[in-house]
Amino acid sequence: MLSELPLLSLLIWVPILGGIAVLAAGDREPWGARTLALATSLLTFLLSIPLFTGFETGTAAMQFEELRPWIPAFNVNYHLGVDGISVPLIILTTFTTVLVVLAGWEVIQKRVAQYMAAFLIMEGLMIGVFAALDAVLFYVFWEGMLIPMFLIIGIWGGPRRVYATIKFFLYTFFGSVFMLVALIYMYIRSGSFGILDFHLLPLGMTEQILIFIAFLLAFAVKVPMWPVHTWLPDAHVEAPTGGSVILAAIMLKIGGYGFLRFSLPITPDASQELDWLIIGLSLIAVVYIGFVAIVQQDMKKLIAYSSIAHMGFATLGFFLIFAILENTGTVQGALLGLEGGMVQMISHGFISGALFLCVGVLYDRMHSREIADYGGVVNTMPVFGGFMVLFAMANSGLPGTSGFIGEFMVILASFKANFWYAFLAATTLMLGAAYSLWLVKRVVFGEVANKRVAELQDVNRREFLILGVLAAAVLLLGLWPAPLVDLMHATLENLLAHVMVSKL
Amino acid sequence: MPEIFVLSMACIVLVLDLFIHDRNRVITYGLSQLTLFGALALVIALADGESHTAMFGTYVADPMASLAKAFVMIVVFAVFLYSKDYLRQRDLFKGEYYVLGLFGVLGMMIMISAHSYLTLYLGLELLSLSLYAMVALHRDSSIASEAAMKYFVLGALASGMLLYGMSLLYGITGSLNIAEVASSISAMAELDLALIFALSFVVLGLAFKLGAVPFHMWIPDVYHGAPTCVTVFIGSAPKIAAFAMAMRLLAESLGGVQADWGGMLAILAVLSLAVGNIIAIAQANLKRMLAYSTISHVGFLLLGILSGTVEGYASALFYAITYAIMAAAAFGMIILLSRSGFEADTLEDFKGLNTRSPWHAFLMLLVMFSMAGVPPTVGFYAKLAVIQAVVGVDLLWLALAAVFFSIIGAFYYLRVVKLMYFDEPVDTRPLQYGTDMHVAISVNGLAILLLGLFPGALMGACMAAMAG
Repeated sequence: MLSELPLLSLLIWVPILGGIAVLAAGDREPWGARTLALATSLLTFLLSIPLFTGFETGTAAMQFEELRPWIPAFNVNYHLGVDGISVPLIILTTFTTVLVVLAGWEVIQKRVAQYMAAFLIMEGLMIGVFAALDAVLFYVFWEGMLIPMFLIIGIWGGPRRVYATIKFFLYTFFGSVFMLVALIYMYIRSGSFGILDFHLLPLGMTEQILIFIAFLLAFAVKVPMWPVHTWLPDAHVEAPTGGSVILAAIMLKIGGYGFLRFSLPITPDASQELDWLIIGLSLIAVVYIGFVAIVQQDMKKLIAYSSIAHMGFATLGFFLIFAILENTGTVQGALLGLEGGMVQMISHGFISGALFLCVGVLYDRMHSREIADYGGVVNTMPVFGGFMVLFAMANSGLPGTSGFIGEFMVILASFKANFWYAFLAATTLMLGAAYSLWLVKRVVFGEVANKRVAELQDVNRREFLILGVLAAAVLLLGLWPAPLVDLMHATLENLLAHVMVSKL
Repeated sequence: MPEIFVLSMACIVLVLDLFIHDRNRVITYGLSQLTLFGALALVIALADGESHTAMFGTYVADPMASLAKAFVMIVVFAVFLYSKDYLRQRDLFKGEYYVLGLFGVLGMMIMISAHSYLTLYLGLELLSLSLYAMVALHRDSSIASEAAMKYFVLGALASGMLLYGMSLLYGITGSLNIAEVASSISAMAELDLALIFALSFVVLGLAFKLGAVPFHMWIPDVYHGAPTCVTVFIGSAPKIAAFAMAMRLLAESLGGVQADWGGMLAILAVLSLAVGNIIAIAQANLKRMLAYSTISHVGFLLLGILSGTVEGYASALFYAITYAIMAAAAFGMIILLSRSGFEADTLEDFKGLNTRSPWHAFLMLLVMFSMAGVPPTVGFYAKLAVIQAVVGVDLLWLALAAVFFSIIGAFYYLRVVKLMYFDEPVDTRPLQYGTDMHVAISVNGLAILLLGLFPGALMGACMAAMAG
């Protein structure tokens, strides 16, 4: 029976309609709005489970496909489908949204209904981005997503929220409009807006390079890559906890997803030609941004910079493949890079989300994000201290946690490409440990710093549940990554085979 | 013909209004709305998807005319509705507004259906004269009188230019009929100097009427100076008529020299996009900001026309229609926030609207994002279609310029959203509005969203209108 349902449409529209219902319910009964939001997000999460269990791992073809004409005049279709790249990201989205709704439970007192509705609508739009197989549909979700995020940061954010949210919107808008021109150009060439048709469209080198750059502008802003990353620290610092979690855990992944879905398969030759650029920018992100993270005074800013560095790993893994193929001639090493990048994205989704939630827990009690205001938190909040240490360890890539798997795979792959790539990439093991552990040392350990820390209450049941679930996910993925890798294997293998064939 | 119906009804309303007491002025209003409704029904009933000419070839009824007229009726219907309470609160609820409005509608219909330069000019003047008078409706306001004067002088100048261009064309081709001009121009082996002259004057006159840079000076002053109920009229439906006029003049009669006017329009378009979007940032008055935003939207409209393909014309028609809907909603929202003795036309007045009325803030949010071209609103598809048309004729640089200036444009639209959602209200008095106003603006705002979710039908209609 389940296979009959239009599962992807449900995943997109249940949260959006749920969001509208929450909005309609209004603020008169905040408790009702919260419950309805939680129910919707749980329902969406449950709906995403058949996506995992019913997914055939042996094939790279699109599954759960839906195809309806939408704008016949332009040959635009409502075309949905998922493969091994999108399924884990969709599940990550539904999972994270449940936690975000829970995290805003008591904390958000102002305009509760609008807050919950914004997150639910955004969930639907983000799932739409991962499931769309039509370029216009993809673009609609991609841009539509900006509206709720713009409001989330702007309404519930910190003191400089207006600056941060307008910067966020304009940066992303700037990147994406050029992608739109590229998409339209390919439509004129191919007569279709289907993303899978774009994959097969033969393109000359100049065209590929221009299209690649247009995509790069869009995705590099989203990931974000150095030097267009500056919106991220501002947005993260000013956003409410839930907004930071969604930004870090999912929105950044959309940039990485774009590279895999668009850049690599549509412009393989340009990707090969310009892989030095992406690798260079990724390594700058890993090393330079790693150093920048160390000196931050603000916890959220530190985690934001650490996100940029970790996403650098993902993009590095994606674009190492050409160098590996040239050096070794086998696909095994290249596949390791792609898989490493994907695992890194999923794992970072859990870890960065968890760290932002930890900061949120502290912020709710002390209303400060300054590291200097804390110290010795473990004495008053032992359970919380344990969680925070675990997540910081995972962030620095401790074996046994999910952070280790992705980083290890990418570093291993980069050895096959170039020793110096590997050397620079491996500095993250040091830098990551430095900023994560130093953060923990200053915030969690040591003497109780001041009177306010001494009065802190440990996590309540709701917070324990959120952090506990995330801790379980981080450990599970770290100890047993096989299901995730199996899920992606066939798709990534197919992607690699596709990229290896020149379009010229 | 629907034109005859509108004319007769306008005359009836004019005469009847003389005998109506101020208390019963609502009859004038009701009759005007009935006229529009009847005309809309006639337009739809008479549309058969084919092209007919009448009155010795000076009048044409084709699918484009039907579609454009239908939307003119719908938009003006909304405009009249928005204006009712606004006029009443300011003691301006007289018959003149509606009579002039109906004659303006008649002018637009004639422009849309013109198949001869003479008819075209006639329609244009009928519309323009009605608008001049409407701007000056508020006799005691010096700013409105100034705006009307400016509008009249510049408008007359532009009409003169256009007429001069038309007369040159008559001299060259010996005909005023659009089809005959078109055939004799395409028969000409090369472009002679007189034709270039004629073309320049025609384009110049058009640019004045559309408000394209550098002939845009009148727009901000007129939009700002006119009573808001007139601004909403000027800013919405006439854009559809102006588009139709451009189509009749350039595409249909001068299609043979498309390459030449295409180049002229490209310069006007890029300048309009640049100036409109950049100057709009500096405005503190919402009506002025929307005026500059109109200029930038005209740039997009011109981009669609200059591509010279069926897709391009269809995209421009789509753009004109959606812009008229968005403009009606935007100015309608200013009217809704205003009350007697108070104009809510500065950006400050929108502060904290989300606290005062979340629903209206949401509608305005839709309008602003639609104007900025952010999906899932209809403004996105309008821009998508235009850019697609431009890329389709290998004018990639124009497409890049268009998207670049859209980014700048996004900033000032976002600022309105920011004021509504992120700031606390300065003015906390509750909004006053009638039920009809509330329903109309809700429908108008939701139309922007629904046309954005399901743009297929309207897009298909525009394509069919242009291909036919």
